[in-house]
Amino acid sequence: MWSNLPLFPPAASKMAHQVDHLYFFLVGTTAFFTILIVCLLGFFAWRYRRKKNPVATQIEGSMALELTWTLIPTVIAMFIFVWGASIYFAETRPPRNAMEVYAVGKQWMWKFQHQQGQREINVLHVPVDRDVRMIMTSQDVIHSFFVPAFRIKADVLPGRYTSTWFHATVPGRYHLFCSQYCGTQHSGMIGEVVVMEPAAYEQWAASGSDGSLASEGEKAFMQYGCSMCHRADYQGRGPNLVGLFGKPVLLDDGRTVIADESYLRESIIYPGAKIASGFKNIMPNFQGQISEEELISLVAYIKGLGTGQSNPPATMAEPTAVYPVGPQPEKSQATSSGK
Amino acid sequence: MATAVQPVEPTNYLNADYGIKSWLLTTDHKRIAMLYLISITFFFWIGGLFAMLVRLELLTPAGDLMQADTYNKVFTMHGVTMVFFFLIPSVPAVLGNFLVPLMIGAKDLAFPRINLLSWYIYVAAGCLWLYTIVNGGVDTGWTFYTPLSTAFSNTHVITGALSVFIAGFSSIFTGLNFIVTIHRMRAPGMTWQRLPLFLWANYAAAVIMVLGTPVLAVTLLLVALERAFNIGVFNPQLGGDPLLFQHLFWFYSHPAVYIMILPGMGVISEIVACFSRKRIFGYNLVALASIAIAVLGFLVWAHHMFVAGISLYAALVFSLLSFFVAIPSAIKVFNWTATMYKGSIRFDTPMLYALGFIGLFTIGGLTGLFLACLGVDVHVHDTYFIIAHFHYIMVGGMVMAYMGGLHFWWPKISGKLYPEAWAKLSAMFVFFGFNLTFFPQFVLGYMGMPRRYQSYPPEFQVLNVLSTAGASILAVGYVLPMIYFLWSLRYGQNAGPNPWNAAGLEWKTASPPPTFNFDVTPVVNWEAYNYDELDKPQEVPLAS
Repeated sequence: MWSNLPLFPPAASKMAHQVDHLYFFLVGTTAFFTILIVCLLGFFAWRYRRKKNPVATQIEGSMALELTWTLIPTVIAMFIFVWGASIYFAETRPPRNAMEVYAVGKQWMWKFQHQQGQREINVLHVPVDRDVRMIMTSQDVIHSFFVPAFRIKADVLPGRYTSTWFHATVPGRYHLFCSQYCGTQHSGMIGEVVVMEPAAYEQWAASGSDGSLASEGEKAFMQYGCSMCHRADYQGRGPNLVGLFGKPVLLDDGRTVIADESYLRESIIYPGAKIASGFKNIMPNFQGQISEEELISLVAYIKGLGTGQSNPPATMAEPTAVYPVGPQPEKSQATSSGK
Repeated sequence: MATAVQPVEPTNYLNADYGIKSWLLTTDHKRIAMLYLISITFFFWIGGLFAMLVRLELLTPAGDLMQADTYNKVFTMHGVTMVFFFLIPSVPAVLGNFLVPLMIGAKDLAFPRINLLSWYIYVAAGCLWLYTIVNGGVDTGWTFYTPLSTAFSNTHVITGALSVFIAGFSSIFTGLNFIVTIHRMRAPGMTWQRLPLFLWANYAAAVIMVLGTPVLAVTLLLVALERAFNIGVFNPQLGGDPLLFQHLFWFYSHPAVYIMILPGMGVISEIVACFSRKRIFGYNLVALASIAIAVLGFLVWAHHMFVAGISLYAALVFSLLSFFVAIPSAIKVFNWTATMYKGSIRFDTPMLYALGFIGLFTIGGLTGLFLACLGVDVHVHDTYFIIAHFHYIMVGGMVMAYMGGLHFWWPKISGKLYPEAWAKLSAMFVFFGFNLTFFPQFVLGYMGMPRRYQSYPPEFQVLNVLSTAGASILAVGYVLPMIYFLWSLRYGQNAGPNPWNAAGLEWKTASPPPTFNFDVTPVVNWEAYNYDELDKPQEVPLAS
């Protein structure tokens, strides 16, 4: 890379090379057809100029030609579609066991929360050669998490979680941009992704945090009184949350939803939106009562309940269910819900 | 009026009556076209001024020319002005208004008063927009994304949105007028198969105007209502859905791209045929392609939302359909090129613009594939790649076509010839200035420079400087025609009815045309683009 005039972004993730290959194919296709058209225009313009060819020969058209230049571009387009779609499939489906980092966008900064408890602003430390999944939300307008070196981007919306993932391959510092226009300091909502060697990352991750994200969530869980109703012994007025995450939940209107991060978040903010079957709509609204960061810690805590140590190894501190009783044996998950 | 000494100038739409009232109360489609020409030229310069401010700010990596809020207003007002007050009305309201009745042999559009009303609505919207600008402006981006626009922006979003809302009605009226006129008022013998392709293209655009614009109107009204009364439609804090806005907005605003480009494609078909002295290659398919673009254009809106959080399968469907909409455009490009084969080609200014259009539209269209392609779009979405792509379509395509059309029909509009040498020179300025401005932005975009950034990392500077340099050349290319067109009104040679010896009914009447276009209703017994018949009786020019 030329230091003074780079013309191509660094490629620092597994995805980057796949995207680049497709990009080069597209550039080649574009160049081919543009040059073809320009050469034809140039040749016809020169060969059939008025001086040389004073009288035009009328030609009505040619179905064979029309079919040719309809079908060939269609085939090329379908090829590009399938190739692009296959990359998008990979981009939108994070691998299992990806390390999870939470992000909150706000006007005009990025806040990151790691599972080990570190919080950072506008700088994101991640280890090299690990799948990292970003779970993101915004506390005001729409932002977009964009790391050109990883060739990934995902809008960050208020009121819901969106996610993306990457697998960094080259240690270094890379631009992080907000790419969705978000108001006054939009171009100031930038930061860095620092990709570190695993050892250095572990060292960084172990330093300077009071406790894991989930343990913060646990505190919040007690503080907001969640534990009064959401008891692990199935005796509470709310559903048991142990082992809930990722399972289907039967709702009182007969629908079934998967208890993912967005569902947990919604069930805290607007408990009435989706009522788990067999429970009453008695939980208070936490809309406006609780910050996005606290919500994230609560979600992280609830996710960890009952999962034991099945999380990726980098997740150091896993909470044990300290309130009423320990994890129950798996039961029909249909009755458990995060109402 | 009663000078009477000079040789009598035949009465035409320009000298039929004098005085400001005769213009402001006219129902003559040609005069209304001129009113539109003046108004959209005014807004073109306003929008251009904002563009220059954007380019000047981006000359240096730091945000040092203006405040961040000012910059945000400047690019917003550039976008809104150019899209809603210049590009959308440009070819339809000026050239279309002027030419639709002439090309089909009619006296006027079907609803002349509605036509005048559409101009007044446009002016009312324009005034409200100017008021918004003078009053402090808007900073939401021309896309008005929620909840930024409804809950977080502290600028004049309501008047801004309402001005676009109002402008939409002028567009609906123009579209309505075109549809009815083309259906009902064709001269005897002017069958659908004999329609100039300019009319097919404007017809397709008119359908989009009538069907799409109301959706934008509803959406912007909801934005204004949510902002004013806190009703929760788009703002999640009020129980709304911000993505709903994007769906509604792009349901109009993607087809709106075709409102902008289709009439431009129509212009190119006319010019290429005339200066190659040939019937358009594959007339039927070019006409059909216009309709196909109009229909498919309604089914691709969510390709603006691939990273916005829509479902995986929705993204797949919209990506596939977006590839399909590229095909009719490709067909058109190939047919224009094939039209030149065995033609007898002259390189007057309109043809230079048409050649520029075909080349730049090809690049613009092919780079659209990058964005339809899911895997690449995730990276280039909301970067300068997008900016470059749509300026290749809108400026390299649409504005080139508009300029080409203006030169082509200027003798008909004004009765005068423009100075050819100056026009060729300015066409060169436009072509080179344009490429220097926007080509570096493709590179910038893939490198990752996001759009709407006032400040940027220093490694992006060289390309931005090139872009700004190109913009100043482009500006010269746009100032020159303004000067020589005005000059030609007074000093230009008389054009005569048909200076290009072009086919089409509009060339069979005087230049400028009389108020009711034709002294007797023409009867059409020839096919469109009958250049063989036009060229036959002529002696062979320039013996070799």
